[in-house]
Amino acid sequence: MSTTTKEISIGDIGSRGAEANSKLEGDRMALNVGPSHPTTHGVLRLIMELNGDLIEKCEPVLGYLHRGDEKIAENMTYNQFVPYTDRLDYLAPLSNNVAYALTVEKLANLEVPPRCQAIRVLVCEMARISSHLLGMGVFGMDAGAWTPFMYTFTEREKLYTLFEELTGARFTTSYTRIGGVARDVPDGWLAKVEKFVDQLPKAIGEVEKLLTRNRIFLDRTEGIGEISKEDALAYGLTGPNLRAAGIDLDLRKDKPYSGYEQYDFDVPIGTRGDCYDRYLVRIEEVIQSIRIIKQVIKDFPTGAWYAEDAKKIFAPPKEKIMNSMEELIQNFMIVTEGPQIPAGEVYFEAENPKGALGFYVVSKGGGVPYRMKIRAPSFCNLSILEKLAPGHFLSDITVILGSLDFVMGECDR
Amino acid sequence: MIDEDFTKSLLKKHSYLSQRDSIDWFTVECPDKEIVSFTKSMRDDEGFEMLIDLTAIDHGEGEESRFSTVIHLYSLVHRGYVRIHSLCLDNDNPSMPSVAEIYPAANWHERETFDMFGIRFLDHPNLKRILMWDEYPYYPLRKEFPLAGIDTPLPAADVVEVTKASVEPAPMMGGPFVSSNSGPMSDSEPRAKDESWTERKEKPL
Repeated sequence: MSTTTKEISIGDIGSRGAEANSKLEGDRMALNVGPSHPTTHGVLRLIMELNGDLIEKCEPVLGYLHRGDEKIAENMTYNQFVPYTDRLDYLAPLSNNVAYALTVEKLANLEVPPRCQAIRVLVCEMARISSHLLGMGVFGMDAGAWTPFMYTFTEREKLYTLFEELTGARFTTSYTRIGGVARDVPDGWLAKVEKFVDQLPKAIGEVEKLLTRNRIFLDRTEGIGEISKEDALAYGLTGPNLRAAGIDLDLRKDKPYSGYEQYDFDVPIGTRGDCYDRYLVRIEEVIQSIRIIKQVIKDFPTGAWYAEDAKKIFAPPKEKIMNSMEELIQNFMIVTEGPQIPAGEVYFEAENPKGALGFYVVSKGGGVPYRMKIRAPSFCNLSILEKLAPGHFLSDITVILGSLDFVMGECDR
Repeated sequence: MIDEDFTKSLLKKHSYLSQRDSIDWFTVECPDKEIVSFTKSMRDDEGFEMLIDLTAIDHGEGEESRFSTVIHLYSLVHRGYVRIHSLCLDNDNPSMPSVAEIYPAANWHERETFDMFGIRFLDHPNLKRILMWDEYPYYPLRKEFPLAGIDTPLPAADVVEVTKASVEPAPMMGGPFVSSNSGPMSDSEPRAKDESWTERKEKPL
């Protein structure tokens, strides 16, 4: 395909922002933040009305990362969409992969074997740790503490090395398939994961020493961005943001999936729902994830790592394809026509690091969904910003955004 | 738990509801004019505090009722979901009463549904596009909208004046490839479902 390069010069785009000022009364000032600004963690744009340092109105503008994932999903087979789920919450691609696979399996009424479930729980919790490590690190940075970021990123790097060994990719994992996973865990990998989680509490402790009782950090986060229980529910918040507001809703407990009911873990909830509570909830969730991972590895099931009875849905492993005619045909049909999913509709949510990631799939049978809606937790979590930001100082907006821990890839889809 | 007692009493209480078969959650069909009062009673009387999701389905151009909206509510009391389907009666100017007053969470979901399907939510506090830009002329999730996109002017007129640029559709030569499972074998070679613009066909005007 040929490409062309055009050189253009256009007038001062910033002057358009200045135009908004003239519409405001008195000393009020219009301030545009983003779409490309370090505070906004991606391409969120905020248009604010300021009275001195005080925010009077805040309007989030979305869509700068809109790729039309739902339209794309209607035009490809179920398995072809797996790589697109990586790019939703790109800080925890494995959880997205799992949530998506579970949705379609639910529609196909397919049960995966215990080993596959355990692998999925394991990668979900590792993804949660990785996402929260980043969330905590950048939240510290937003509040002016740069050092914790170095500690959390060191740990996150170790996780990414483990992800690479398991899936072949650090970031874009595309690990699940409908009816199973892409490959079994490699030899010796579980021991490496165990070694990692054994040393993680020490690193978390170091971050805590730097942040949790840090006077400046407390001053900047305590009582800032308080979300009441009522508001959290009304605005459909999920995940750590909802739990920090004091609401006990964790889908791993309430609607256990993929065998979460076998594991023993606690759900931390906050009391005030401020930025500090959201930070504390994330720290504790990492500790609980470590607990889950240890339990998974201790009783790691043997047996098949994909649903063997999932004919026309899961393409058999390579060695079987090479040696059996039946399996070869099956593989061919699944790759070309897609996994055959019965007609119907299904809604499934998984407890992802950012909140409840939901897929609503309407199928008319065959290998391609008729309609797929992605319920992105970051989208819902951000919708409270219009209500939350007014009344805070401009300098608090960085902390509030950092504490909401959103990802625009998932918000804009 | 959402059990049979609950669903039966709910159907009895609201006579306009009709139950739909579902493999996962309790699903009802609610006429559009009752949707506001029904969701209000779900929130206040039945303990469904959260609107988890609101979206729409385009059933295709030939259908009698082309658009319908789907709401998913979640209750902390019942620890379960309820799905509410409502048909939009007018196919050309689809509309639906807004529930943003009852569930503020619906505000952005309804804006997105308007943006993608062109369904107007009546009495919505701020019904404008959310993912596409305000002047965008199409509704991308409608079935007739091509996957490649449609040539569209840029939102800023002064930029267009200098650049003469527009939003260009992307050719579908690169896939995604899916083979149809009907018709003769010679036609079942995997190819892009949306073939409005490929190496064989000229770019549509």
